[in-house]
This record gives sequence, C-alpha cells and structure tokens, in this order.
Amino acid sequence: MTKWLQDHMPKLVLAPSFIAILVFVYGFIAWTAWVSLTRSRLLPKYEVEGFFQYGRLFASPRWDTALNNLFIFGLLFIVVAMILGLVLAILLDQNIRTEGAIRTIYLYPMALSMIVTGTAWKWILNPGLGLQATVRGWGFEDFTFDWLIDPDKAIYTVVLAAIWQSSGFVMALFLAGLRSVDTEIIRAAQVDGIPTWRVYTAIIIPSMAPIFLSAFIVLSHLAIKSFDLVIALTGGGPGYATDLPATYMYTMAFSRGDIGQAASSAMIMMMVVFTIVVPYLYSELRSKDD
Amino acid sequence: MTDFAIDPTKSNSQLGRIALRWLLYIMLGIFALFYLMPLFVMITTSLKSLDEIRTGDLMSLPREVTFDAWRTAWSGACTGIQCEGVRPYFWNSILIAIPAVTISTLLGALNGYVIAQWRFRGANIIFALMLFGCFIPFQVVLLPMARVLGIMGIAGTIPGLIFVHVIYGLGFTTLFFRNYYVSIPAELTKAAKVDGAGFFRIFWSIFLPLSLPIIVVAVIWQFTQIWNDFLFGVSFSQAGTQPLTVALNNIVNSTTGVKAYNVDMAAAIIAALPTLFVYVVAGKYFIRGLTAGSVKG
Repeated sequence: MTKWLQDHMPKLVLAPSFIAILVFVYGFIAWTAWVSLTRSRLLPKYEVEGFFQYGRLFASPRWDTALNNLFIFGLLFIVVAMILGLVLAILLDQNIRTEGAIRTIYLYPMALSMIVTGTAWKWILNPGLGLQATVRGWGFEDFTFDWLIDPDKAIYTVVLAAIWQSSGFVMALFLAGLRSVDTEIIRAAQVDGIPTWRVYTAIIIPSMAPIFLSAFIVLSHLAIKSFDLVIALTGGGPGYATDLPATYMYTMAFSRGDIGQAASSAMIMMMVVFTIVVPYLYSELRSKDD
Repeated sequence: MTDFAIDPTKSNSQLGRIALRWLLYIMLGIFALFYLMPLFVMITTSLKSLDEIRTGDLMSLPREVTFDAWRTAWSGACTGIQCEGVRPYFWNSILIAIPAVTISTLLGALNGYVIAQWRFRGANIIFALMLFGCFIPFQVVLLPMARVLGIMGIAGTIPGLIFVHVIYGLGFTTLFFRNYYVSIPAELTKAAKVDGAGFFRIFWSIFLPLSLPIIVVAVIWQFTQIWNDFLFGVSFSQAGTQPLTVALNNIVNSTTGVKAYNVDMAAAIIAALPTLFVYVVAGKYFIRGLTAGSVKG
C-alpha cells in the first residue's frame, strides 16, 4: 500500500489542480458554449436551438458598436504601445546613467489597477475642471479637449489611458530583447562604420522578431480582456459609445439578465483569443520540447 | 545601399555629439513627465480643498495642504448607501489576497515540481491544458461560476472570492514553478530517490530551499493580480464583501452629494499604494513575473 502510494504520489498531488482546471476552465467553457446555443434569458435553458443567440447578437447595434470599438481600440492600442515601447527601449539603450530610475518611472503604471488608472484619467480628462479648464486658465481660451464626453471620440480616451498603463511594459520587453542581441555583431558593424540607426534597422530590430510576436500576443490579449478600464473611465458611455465585448457581456449577464446574450458574446471573445493565442502557445510548447 | 556611405555621426563634431546627448535626455525627460503626470495630479488633487479644485488648475501645487480628503476617503466616503470610506474594503482585499496568494503559490510549487521533475506520460499535455487556462477571457466562466458558487453556498462571500482567485491563479503559478524547476538537473531527484528520500522529502529539503526567487516572483504576481482584480470582485461579491477596487469604483460613481474629486483621488491612491509599494521594493521580481509568461525561458 505504501509502495503504491509512493509510486503514485506525484499524480495524486497534481490531480486536484488538474481536475479543478478541467472542471472550472474547460467544463465551464463547455457550459457557456452550450447555453449560447439555447434560448436562455433570465434563467438558463438546456434545449439546444442552434445559433439563435448569435443571430440576435450580430443583429444588435450595441454589439456592433462593441466590436467596432474593440477593433479601433485594439489596433491603436497595440500599434502605438509597440512603437512607443520600442522607441523608449532604444532611447534607454544608449548608456543612460539614470536608466534604472527612468525605467522605474516608465513601468510603474503597470503595477496599478485599471480602476485606479481609469479614475485618474477620468479626472484629468474631465472637461469642466480637468486638463481643458487648466489650459484655458493659462490663457488659451479656445482650447477644447472634451473627448471623454464626445460619443465619437470617447473611445480614444480609453486608448490613451491603456497606452499610458501598458507601454512601459512593452518597453521592458524590448529592452530585454535589445540586451540579448549578440554584441559581437553590433561591434563588428560599428567597426565597419555602419551608422547607429542602420545597425538598429538592419540588424537589431529584425533579430527581435520573437519579441514583437510576444508583445503583440500580450497586448492583444489585454485589449480583448479590457473591462475595468472602460468601466472606471467612461462606464461604457456616453450612452454605450465605448462599450467593448467585455462590458457588453457583463451588462447582459448581470444588469439585463440575458444569459443567452452573455454566453454568446463570451464565446465570441473566447474565439478571438483562441485564434490569436493557440497557434502561439502551440509553437512555444513545441519548440520547448525539441 | 548608398546609406552605408553616409555616416551622419562621423561628420559631426564633438559639439554635435553633445547636442545629440542633450536631445536624448530631454526626450527621456518628456516621456517621464507623461508617465508621472497622472500620479502628480492624483497626489496634488487629494491634498487640495474642494474650493481650490473648483478654480480649475490641475497642474498647480495645493495652496494649502489639507488631509481632510484622505480622512474622508479612509473612513467616511460613500459607496452607495454606506458611508464608511474604503477602510472595510481595504481589509476585504487583504482578507482575500493573503489566503488566495498563499494557497495558489503553494499548489503551483507542488504542481511545477511534479511536472518538471516527476515526468510521467501525459504530464506535458496536462501542463499545456493548465497553461491555456491562463489565457481564457474570464467572461467565458463568469456565468457557470456564479451558479457553482451558489451551489457551494459561498456566493457573495470572501471565501468564494478566495476560491475563484486560487482556481484561476493556478495556471500562472504552475507555469512559474515548472519553468524554474525544469532547469534543475533531474539527476538531483534521482540521487535523492536512491538515497531513500520520498516525494515530499525531496521537495521539502531540496527544491523548496532553492526556490526563494521564484516564490517571490509568484507571490508578487499573484498579489498584484488579486489586489487589482475588478471583474471577479464585481461579479462575485455583495454589499459588505466587496474588494477595494469595486469600492473605489462605487465611490467615484456615487451620485449622492457633491462630487468630491479630492476624496476620489485619495481613495484611488490608497487602492494603488500596496501594489505600488511592492513594485518599488521588488521591481526586479515584478518584471520577471510580467515577462515570464510572454518571453521564452
């Protein structure tokens, strides 16, 4: 008996966690997928009806706005955060004496809750007393910066706050990448008299392709999951102008009591993550096994 | 490739190089201001009186420093109908974070130890399945989790939130420890087994003493995640068990009475202080945790 116990101890230790993940991740995904195929409203029903909920979802103007916003937000957030992160990393890579302190400043927003970030930017962007009023007070009477309350522009305030929060992290990723480039090649290029900017564009940046991919995966993942920042900054408003799939799902699940819509929108989010993350994880795990 | 022939730095004099260096520092400084500005505004606003705030200069230092807003934020601000400040919610967050961080780190260490050192058939698939669990958008588990917490009788309670955070933190903690233990030679475990040491003995006397750095990484990661969580907090809590992030959001969006921006900012800083403190004290480990999931190695 003790022999059996000893032989199987590793599996016995891993089993509870594995079962928990099977049930609470994969079982729950299956449950949500199932319910998304029913006519559930306030209470879940289990008779499968086909893609009824998805039809409703894509006929809803609010979901349409949420998807559009995800596209605008995701694209701008990922592109700008990557460019800014890369620029900051290159600037910091020039033997800066105070590098440690500057890096700490660039990265600290990542330690904050999105709710804190949203609260701070909501106050700064408040047209009545915030940045707009401040700049007007400095004598620029016509200065207008009221994106937060403009339905067409409010989504860009979410982009701004998200970039502020996450670009330092991208910088840290790129900086680690820059430091891992073979210094021999760089020195050889410098000896050959190749200008610094050429060394970057022709040698260093192309060799960081895997880091670009990692940064892209992390940022797109953050974009799809964005929820708290919108809640704190705009509350999804004005109206539902800054709704994202995550806030749409939450509204359907907990305010509207529409389980079917909540489940189908969650499944769409899941599929978006799937298409981005699965190929990446698959290649990562494969290359590790080799 | 004519670019190679033109070297912009070579023709520059020493003076040009110094100017370039200055430009570099000025740019770094401007970016530093961009990142620091919201923190500066939060702190100064929290120290101003409402009258001074209404004059509308975000960037000015407070004419008269007052801690009234901090006092109100801590013990008097209203989150809906209750007006007890953030204090009770601060303790809720601590009561959630401490057990959740401890349990998920301990389980992650054991899981990582098994997967990395006691390889058996299927271990890699189990690891892959656990790893993928880190990446799901949690919206996809919210509805069934709400029901299961109800069935378990812990809906809307702090143990319920601890449970949720442990489950969805397991993937990450397992990843951290697995990647750390995988670099420890398997011969070590084999030799210990030959000497008659059992599964737990080897873990306890060989692996755990080596694990301090990764424990710090996992604890910081989990603490930051759980402290800053909003989605689970707002979905699975009720009046009285809400974590700090939910209370902060309620204070800011509370519609009763005058809008007290200074109190909002003080409450936001209080919510940010614990993770900010961890970041300043142990930044190196914080960054390692952030990059562990995204960079190979």
